[in-house]
Amino acid sequence: MVFLTRIEHFNAAHKLYNPSWTRDKNEEIFGACANENWHGHNYDLYVTIKGNPDPETGFVMDVKKLSNIIKARVTEKLDHKNLNEEVDFLKGQMCSTENLVVGIWNQLKTHLPENVTLHSVKLYETARIFVEYFG
Amino acid sequence: MERKTAIFRREHFNAAHRLFVPGWTDEQNFEKFGKCSNPHYHGHNYDLEVKVTGVPDPLTGYVINLSDLSSIIQKNVLARFDHKNLNLDTKEFASLNPTAENIVFVIYEILRKELDDSLGLSVRLYETERNFVEYPG
Repeated sequence: MVFLTRIEHFNAAHKLYNPSWTRDKNEEIFGACANENWHGHNYDLYVTIKGNPDPETGFVMDVKKLSNIIKARVTEKLDHKNLNEEVDFLKGQMCSTENLVVGIWNQLKTHLPENVTLHSVKLYETARIFVEYFG
Repeated sequence: MERKTAIFRREHFNAAHRLFVPGWTDEQNFEKFGKCSNPHYHGHNYDLEVKVTGVPDPLTGYVINLSDLSSIIQKNVLARFDHKNLNLDTKEFASLNPTAENIVFVIYEILRKELDDSLGLSVRLYETERNFVEYPG
């Protein structure tokens, strides 16, 4: 079994804001992240799949194809977007990095070839803050 | 011998922005600025490198106390821009397009006023790892 990781990037605006709470409570819980006018990040996304290398190609998966799937299913929907307002798979959810990584996992898991398994999705919000999800 | 030395401080801030010319149509803005003109905004982790040049004080050995430099940046730059929407939340970019070029110039002007005239200053701003600007150029 070999683990293969593809790294992608996207930039997006978001805010951490629970609409059922008052503005004061949002500021108390989420601090500067609750700014109603949004702020933003450069996100780094690590998608790891696992499988056995194909005897003929030597590939677990053609990494270009993996990149295309991530682009079509994830980064094209997120890059240069407002995560709270413009992303179908995050509608109605809080835009935390935790929820985002689970959303990305769900976008990918059923769209991979049968001979590989999605192992983990790791998402960096800043150089010092990241989350990981293993399904 | 005059030991002119450069000292650097790195800081970070996160912000949302949108690139657009107010008098243009959405189509014209999209043509020029691409997805950066998204009316719903997008955002970045900005990395800021501030370079101060001067001769170390013979007594302290300092060009500038880095803790003081950090406080100056914190108070005058990060407090204004961190976790803000540059277009909506800052007076500096209320009518100035927040391109990296304009942001680095604004930050330079802010910091220049805070530093002693004897010190040189140059500012580098990373919008992403691969896109960055420097002023003066």
